[in-house]
Amino acid sequence: MKLGTLMRTGLVAAGLVASAATSAFAQAGDTIKVGILHSLSGTMAISETTLKDVVLMMVEEQNKKGGLLGKKLEPVVVDPASNWPLFAEKARELLQKEKVAVVFGCWTSVSRKSVLPVFEELNGILFYPVQYEGQESQRNVFYTGAAPNQQAIPAVDYLMSKDGGDVKRWVLAGTDYVYPRTTNKILEAYLLQKGVPKEDIMINYTPFGHSDWQSIVADIKKFGSAGKKTAVVSTINGDANVPFYKELGNQGIKAKDIPVVAFSVGEEELAGIDTKPLVGHLAAWNYFQSVKDPANAEFIKTWQAFTKNPKRVTNDPMEASVIGFNMWVEAVKKAGTTDPDKVIDAIIGIKVPNLSGGISEMLPNHHITKPVLIGEIEGNGQFDVVWKTPGLVPGAAWSPILDDSKNLKADWTKPVNCGNFDTVANKCIGKAAK
Amino acid sequence: MLFLRPASVLLSVLASLALAGAALAADLATLVGNLASGGLSEREAAITALAASGDERAAPILEALGAGQLYTRTSDKLVVIGKTEGNRLALTEAVSGKPAGNAVEADLERVRVNNRLRGTIEAAVGSLTLMSPNARTRLSAADALFKRRDATALAALDQALAVEKDPRIKRAMSEARAAIVLATSDSPPAQKLAAIALVRERGDRDSLGILKTVAAASDGEVKTAATAGAESIEQTLAAWQMAQNVWYGISLGSVLLLAAIGLAITFGTMGVINMAHGEMVMLGAYTTFVVQEVIRTSAPHLFDVSLVIALPLAFLVSGAIGILIERTIIRFLYGRPLDTLLATWGLSLVLQQAVRSIFGSSNREVGAPSWMSGTFQLGQLNITYGRLWIVVFALVVFVALILLLRKTPLGLYMRAVTQNRPMASAVGIRTPRVDALTFGLGSGIAGLAGVALSQIDNVSPNLGQGYIIDSFMVVVFGGVGNLFGTLIGALTLGVVNKFLEPYAGAVLGKILVLVFIIMFIQRRPRGLFALKGRSVE
Repeated sequence: MKLGTLMRTGLVAAGLVASAATSAFAQAGDTIKVGILHSLSGTMAISETTLKDVVLMMVEEQNKKGGLLGKKLEPVVVDPASNWPLFAEKARELLQKEKVAVVFGCWTSVSRKSVLPVFEELNGILFYPVQYEGQESQRNVFYTGAAPNQQAIPAVDYLMSKDGGDVKRWVLAGTDYVYPRTTNKILEAYLLQKGVPKEDIMINYTPFGHSDWQSIVADIKKFGSAGKKTAVVSTINGDANVPFYKELGNQGIKAKDIPVVAFSVGEEELAGIDTKPLVGHLAAWNYFQSVKDPANAEFIKTWQAFTKNPKRVTNDPMEASVIGFNMWVEAVKKAGTTDPDKVIDAIIGIKVPNLSGGISEMLPNHHITKPVLIGEIEGNGQFDVVWKTPGLVPGAAWSPILDDSKNLKADWTKPVNCGNFDTVANKCIGKAAK
Repeated sequence: MLFLRPASVLLSVLASLALAGAALAADLATLVGNLASGGLSEREAAITALAASGDERAAPILEALGAGQLYTRTSDKLVVIGKTEGNRLALTEAVSGKPAGNAVEADLERVRVNNRLRGTIEAAVGSLTLMSPNARTRLSAADALFKRRDATALAALDQALAVEKDPRIKRAMSEARAAIVLATSDSPPAQKLAAIALVRERGDRDSLGILKTVAAASDGEVKTAATAGAESIEQTLAAWQMAQNVWYGISLGSVLLLAAIGLAITFGTMGVINMAHGEMVMLGAYTTFVVQEVIRTSAPHLFDVSLVIALPLAFLVSGAIGILIERTIIRFLYGRPLDTLLATWGLSLVLQQAVRSIFGSSNREVGAPSWMSGTFQLGQLNITYGRLWIVVFALVVFVALILLLRKTPLGLYMRAVTQNRPMASAVGIRTPRVDALTFGLGSGIAGLAGVALSQIDNVSPNLGQGYIIDSFMVVVFGGVGNLFGTLIGALTLGVVNKFLEPYAGAVLGKILVLVFIIMFIQRRPRGLFALKGRSVE
């Protein structure tokens, strides 16, 4: 009896202490909350977990510098578990319940599309750090990854050049979902425009996680034996890449015969493969770990120290996360508040250094300027940069190549203030276009 | 005076010879210097010049360049060839071939090449090694020239052809010569016609490409001959493609068989809908990874047998976890299929996340032992050793399982329990124990499949998910409870899939197969080979 009372009192006391502690924390915690919306489980965990860690590291670094507006930053991590509808739920939770000032998140286009209405309704800010298919510009979203004109088009240009091998015949291979389909649509239109005949373009889609590539690789080989230099443009995503590259090696397709240029294969994806048979295959990104630049060296050092793993690699979406984070910090400083409307206005024109030696700028269409690099896979799982655009390429939200979007432009500054402004009809299409 | 004259002539000749020698060495040094610096075009020119020099040092230098082993030493700008020795690189001076100590990679700057240069290097090395004493080198040199069709190599080829004795290499060289003749637009038509005949006889994809180019670029007799040649090659290749599809289908079927055969035990004979079956496969693959890691760090010479070591371990790990699952969860749910389905599905998520927490979410690299890598040519068919071994392995597992079920007491108990549980119990069989062992066996076989799949798929926490639906399809299609049905089902689905893929594409192909199975199950609800008799009820 006595013991019971004692325990009960103890429990109550403990509870009181705990609640006091949390309320004290909440007060002292006059903090700015930063939401992180990346899958930590499920199929996309392989790519997204890293981005969560990058944002956590950036928050920690910022706090070491004294926080922001005199307040500490507090990261709020949620796990949408690679489940697209859950992304919307978790976004709502971050904005409504946690009242975060900004969210860094999403990887796949379908997850981004699923959270768009939530950010619009609750007027949040989302930084999206992955290369994507374009054809979108939303007031509440900032796209720090590459638009097609910052990745796909320059890569094709490179392959068409003498250095790239003077390619005449094209295989567009992709995973069957929105990003590869839109990108390939743009690329096909671009190639036709460049005078490539239709029979010299082969388009192939495979399901997510496709593992048996024997007949597709044989098909590519067959397509490549028409006496013209052939290249593969790969928008194959995620796990399917490893067996694809293994099969290429098995069937003896060397980079000097049929090069493969990939848009979704970075240092992280190569970590699970023996890259010796792949030497010379290409990837197009805006950043490579091997880029020689003091800012990059510093970033790699900090990252490897943060993850306590001296072999941990860095990749392009990580750089995009870093740029996005720094831009947001600068915009908040400029606006003097974290109020979304003010930050959205303040961030246009903000310039921060990227990790490849340039200065990236946030454009009125909510995309940024970035360099485009083409790298060849090396035997050690890194990329050797073989080509680079002379300057920075501004991201285009709408592709000028496709008929339905060639008249559209995005501009979130006054007086246009519209994500899909029709320059011919001279009016904002607004939501009807979606 | 008279006899002084010849002496002075001799002297001057000697001097000029020495000078020429020095000039040659200097040339090599300049060319190598050009290799390591300058733009792409200059470096390409340097490679071609090196090939033309015919210097015996040129081949090893170019080979090193192609393999990414040519470096410039940061301290003195010396161009060296570096071969890995432990964690340091043993250096040799590129120009003289003398050893130059060793260094770590950080002190060296690699001479970079890209695809364009790699092609040029391949042709250059080819023309330089045509006279090599090693037959294999000569053959690969001829093959490289066939692919590159570098007109500057023609003289070297003619020279090599004149002295070559080995008929196979001689043939490869004349094919290379023919390819070069065809690639040179101003060679005489008679030569071209002879070349077309040679290339047509070779009859592979590369030859087809050459003939098509010729047909498009020329006219008259040459065009007719090239077109006819291309057509005949295309016909032969079409036949080979059938064979290729069958082989790919068998290969895919063997993978399906491996993934499904464990399920054929747990689902087929026990009736447990085990959604965590794929995770047992994954655990087998991770066991392989762990075994390889241990071998890499402590006994690298055992690497070639790593898979053999991994097999029993994977069987034990997956089997033990299977028994654990059966004892702690599934046995309480017998006869409640829906509950089993949900419980095992939840379990599969738990196992995936557990593996993700332990090993991380990124893919793990499982290497292929030397006897499983590489390919061999069967006619126009490219067969990889890895795939071949997996087909063999799948059949061995299948036969072993049949023997276990038919010839051993355990197999007898298993069949007895699954056919008539109360009666089996009545004659003294400890049915719970048999249940646990059967489930363990099914899971263990899934583990074995994991070892094989680690060779062709990602070793990641999601490995199993990709196979679970296919496995159920195979078991249901083949006939629940019938192992032979599983075998035939897996092979049929594999071959059908591979024949559909080229026409319908991978996505639609999969859908068509699924629709086909649904229709089939409507007609024959018990699958291909239905079990007959009372036990079914």
